[in-house]
Amino acid sequence: MAGVQVSDVSRSFGAHKALDNVSIDFADGGFYALLGPSGSGKTTLLRQIAGFDFPDSGRITIGGESVERVPVEKRRIGMVFQNYALFPNMSVADNVAFGLSVRGEARAIIATEVQRALDLVQLGKLGGRRPHQLSGGQRQRVALARAIVTKPRVLLLDEPLGALDKALRVDMQIELKRIQREIGITTIFVTHDQEEALTMSDRIGILRDGRLVQEGPPEEIYDRPKSEFAATFLGDANIFRGDTTGDGIRLPDGTAIAAGAGAKLAAGAKASCAVRPERIRIATDAGAPDGTANMLKGQVSKRIFAGNNSTYFVERGGQTLKVIVQNTGVDRLAEGQDVVLRWSPESTVLIAAG
Amino acid sequence: MTTTRILEGLGRLYIWLLLAFLYLPIIIMALMSFNVSPFYQLPFEWTTEWYASLWQNDQLIAATWNSVEIAIITTIICVVLGSAASLALYRYEFRGKKFLQALLFPPIAIPWLITGTAMLIFFFGVGIGRGLHAILLGHVALALPYVIVVVSARLQTFAPELEEAARSLGANQWQVTRRVTLPWIMPGVIAGGLFAFAVSFDQFVVSYFLATPGQTTLPVEIYAAIRKGFTPEINAVSTIIIVVSMALMLLTARFFKFGGEK
Repeated sequence: MAGVQVSDVSRSFGAHKALDNVSIDFADGGFYALLGPSGSGKTTLLRQIAGFDFPDSGRITIGGESVERVPVEKRRIGMVFQNYALFPNMSVADNVAFGLSVRGEARAIIATEVQRALDLVQLGKLGGRRPHQLSGGQRQRVALARAIVTKPRVLLLDEPLGALDKALRVDMQIELKRIQREIGITTIFVTHDQEEALTMSDRIGILRDGRLVQEGPPEEIYDRPKSEFAATFLGDANIFRGDTTGDGIRLPDGTAIAAGAGAKLAAGAKASCAVRPERIRIATDAGAPDGTANMLKGQVSKRIFAGNNSTYFVERGGQTLKVIVQNTGVDRLAEGQDVVLRWSPESTVLIAAG
Repeated sequence: MTTTRILEGLGRLYIWLLLAFLYLPIIIMALMSFNVSPFYQLPFEWTTEWYASLWQNDQLIAATWNSVEIAIITTIICVVLGSAASLALYRYEFRGKKFLQALLFPPIAIPWLITGTAMLIFFFGVGIGRGLHAILLGHVALALPYVIVVVSARLQTFAPELEEAARSLGANQWQVTRRVTLPWIMPGVIAGGLFAFAVSFDQFVVSYFLATPGQTTLPVEIYAAIRKGFTPEINAVSTIIIVVSMALMLLTARFFKFGGEK
């Protein structure tokens, strides 16, 4: 096992900068998500770490060893592909055995290790099957067993759950996480699914246009996004734009919004505030005055009932705000109703304009 | 309801007519190779005399072995060169690749008479001359595009992630090719090989141009024999060739169908 360091890595394809000076430190044993929209460079970054492609500049180390010019077959990595890439001409057991077999391990050792890996992914009895006889979830497990049986230094997953349906995906998330904990391998996985990134990883790196936008634990990125992009790509956010007052912003119409989190900015500059929809309380009257709370008046334009919660769309000063309210059986507001929105400055993140 | 029945009946009739058109001459020839009369005369009297006399015809037997030998060597050379070329065209991007690929198709369409003439002139010009070695070279050149086309078609269905997966597991280029890529393209390689064998074994025009009087292939020998005077021996040898060719083509069809599956 080993950590992975990516330092100042750039990679261009023609005029297109797929990776632009990306640095990111994957600590030993961690579970990392690389999150971003398509074309953000997340897969390109994974392929640099795997060794399928080499960076134009920058350094990549695995376990302290410089590998940026080492081809994939010599990097001792394990990789799981989006479409599993199981060898169709081999049985499940032979698929899993492949990595050990090309290394010339003894047959007895291979048999033991393959069985252990298949047991780990709970497919101990299916070694004799062919890949086409398996379900999507089972193929996924075989791909995982094949990738980890060689005891790689790092496990790379390219949208591993993308081809599975939703229920199976949630099962596999838990399963993948369990296996990763059990063997303690440094794991880097690429996804465009923010929920997957939030629920599975210890740390998330958000990429956009080949640049690393923000990196940190899921809670930190969710609670304190450093850019509007991070705020809206990972989860939902209401964005207010105005001039900063140092500890908040003033909207163009003069309304002040106090921010208790985020950047410290000099007064006067352009800035935004981000507020998560579930942090806003919605009521039909102003209620007791609260000296610190941010308050806005608006009108409900739409309500979407989702069982455990409802999303209200509130029109306010030409902007549509989103508010998510847990279903407590009371406070159901009708469309067209005038409402008051309140939230604390601590739930408000100040973001430098960019 | 009845209209459907009639259409169905017509369809079946059409298929039988088509098959009759294709196979009737062949079946008659095959029957006549077992008939006593050398002039297609009826009533039919069973004999294997012509097969027996075929066995005595040293020239025809020598030509047959030449044909078999050349076809086998052509097949081996074409399969190796063709598969390697297909893999190279699949894996690597290089300048002029599209142009090279486009150049592979015209030889299939150029009439063999013209290819044969061109080869004859060229082989004389560079000192290769005529003979079995020239025929072999000619056959390889004729059959190679077929192998490349068939193997490339099979490679189009190959998922490049499979090679990447193998490499990520530590396999070097040779191990990747032998254990992952080749097993996948094998149906295409076999089908291509059978094509190459058929192109060579059935080849007349180019062989005729490049053969020397003593050393020749079966189709050329048959042609010469017919010119001297038709004998039912020709029916006999033709029947044998048809049985072998059809067996080969049925095998090809089987592997080609297999090649179309995922």
